[in-house]
Amino acid sequence: MAKMTHVSRLLLLLTALLAAYQIVVGIDAFPTLAVVSFTVAFGILLLASLLLIILGYEILASASVLIASTLIPLGVSLGLIALYLPGYSVGYLVFSLLGLLAVFVTRTMTFKRVAVPVFAGVHGVSGLIIFGLPLWMSLSGRAPAGFLIAGLGGGLMGVGGLLLAFLKSGKPILSEKTILTVLPVLLFLMTLAYVIGFKMST
Amino acid sequence: MNSFLTSLRSRLRLYWQMTKSLQTGLLLVTGLAGYMSARCPVLNWTTLLQLTGSLFLAISGSTVVNMWYDRDIDARMKRTCSRPLPRQQIHPREALLLGLSMSVLGLLWAYALSRGYAAVVFAGFFFDVVVYTFWLKRRSAWSIVWGGVSGGMPVLAGRVLGLGSIDWVGVALSLAVLFWIPTHIMTFSMRFFEDYRQAGVPTFPQTYGFRATRLAIAVSSVLASLSMGVAFIGVGMTWGYLRLMAVFSAGLLLLAGYSLKHPSERMNFGLFKYASLFMLGSMLLMIFAAQSL
Repeated sequence: MAKMTHVSRLLLLLTALLAAYQIVVGIDAFPTLAVVSFTVAFGILLLASLLLIILGYEILASASVLIASTLIPLGVSLGLIALYLPGYSVGYLVFSLLGLLAVFVTRTMTFKRVAVPVFAGVHGVSGLIIFGLPLWMSLSGRAPAGFLIAGLGGGLMGVGGLLLAFLKSGKPILSEKTILTVLPVLLFLMTLAYVIGFKMST
Repeated sequence: MNSFLTSLRSRLRLYWQMTKSLQTGLLLVTGLAGYMSARCPVLNWTTLLQLTGSLFLAISGSTVVNMWYDRDIDARMKRTCSRPLPRQQIHPREALLLGLSMSVLGLLWAYALSRGYAAVVFAGFFFDVVVYTFWLKRRSAWSIVWGGVSGGMPVLAGRVLGLGSIDWVGVALSLAVLFWIPTHIMTFSMRFFEDYRQAGVPTFPQTYGFRATRLAIAVSSVLASLSMGVAFIGVGMTWGYLRLMAVFSAGLLLLAGYSLKHPSERMNFGLFKYASLFMLGSMLLMIFAAQSL
């Protein structure tokens, strides 16, 4: 696996600091479910950045990466639903828990044939929400225009997730070296977009 | 004149190596965090600088005395055989004199600041040098508990200097460091298992095996996280900082649990590194959070 450059380490450190900032001050005024969901999502982002710095890209080979990479979009999307569509909170919470359980079971037990559709389904729904909901809310005037930037963060998260999924499947659309070079940049820009988007929405 | 300066510089570099700057720095940060957590006027720069100076001298002084005493062990271990004393770059008497001078200066400076503070700093020196290094390190794997007690003294000392007395928050902070020390040291003693065995230093992995050591690491990680959380609540941290602390703790617990279930050299190294980061992060968080209270 490729060796991590100093620039990549710096970007991951900045990602961890931005995620820490978001956990401490960026979500303070939100309802409880949103606070818990965003804390889980940004917490995993923070820990993932630190572990990538400490252990290098080799940790991406671990099976736990897929579970962690599922929790981030699920946490963000659940937080967004709790904030902007509170009526759907309970339903989406149930979907998130079942989705996470399904990804866990199909990845760790012998259900390999359904593992990919389950993973794609859970990521597809959460990806649509984290990208589409901020756009919809901003364009319909139910959230300030600056919240569009959070949608951009969602889009970047989707791209990052796709690259990781291709890398794990062993059939990457880009070379492994390119994906690993782009990943820290994506993580940093995505977190920055969320911090700015949330800041501009309050 | 030039050769004198060059010789002085290389001497100071050797002295610096003997202070274990990273370990001393981390303990110094815990002392500063303990002081600032007392919500005393931190812009009293004179006291803050004096705390830094006295703690630095006391901690690094005791480290140099330890290196003087353990020079025979260091010479037998691959990891430590290039230190100044085993390589005979410094005479043992010079190292002892340096260590004792720094320790005495640090303790006297601490006494000039506050008697209570000096008593805690002295306790740290006593447990580290006399109990841990001179008495138990070569006899029992459990010596690390006493090493942990001494490691918990700087944060308590800082808190005592800020408050003027010992309180339960200071004790909780001290316990957090005490429980964190096994995570830090046991992962280290697994990584350098052969080194310690050859040097004849009893460690947990040698005495109880790797699995029991990993279990002890997991238990001590849980206790360290709990103690730190209790201390954070006692200091009066806002929810935001408590959430971040919970994330840091979750990371430590997950890694300790993962290392127990899927043991590997790489995971052990990751846990060792993350444990250091956990302590540094928690203490920096304490410093930042205390400013916003």
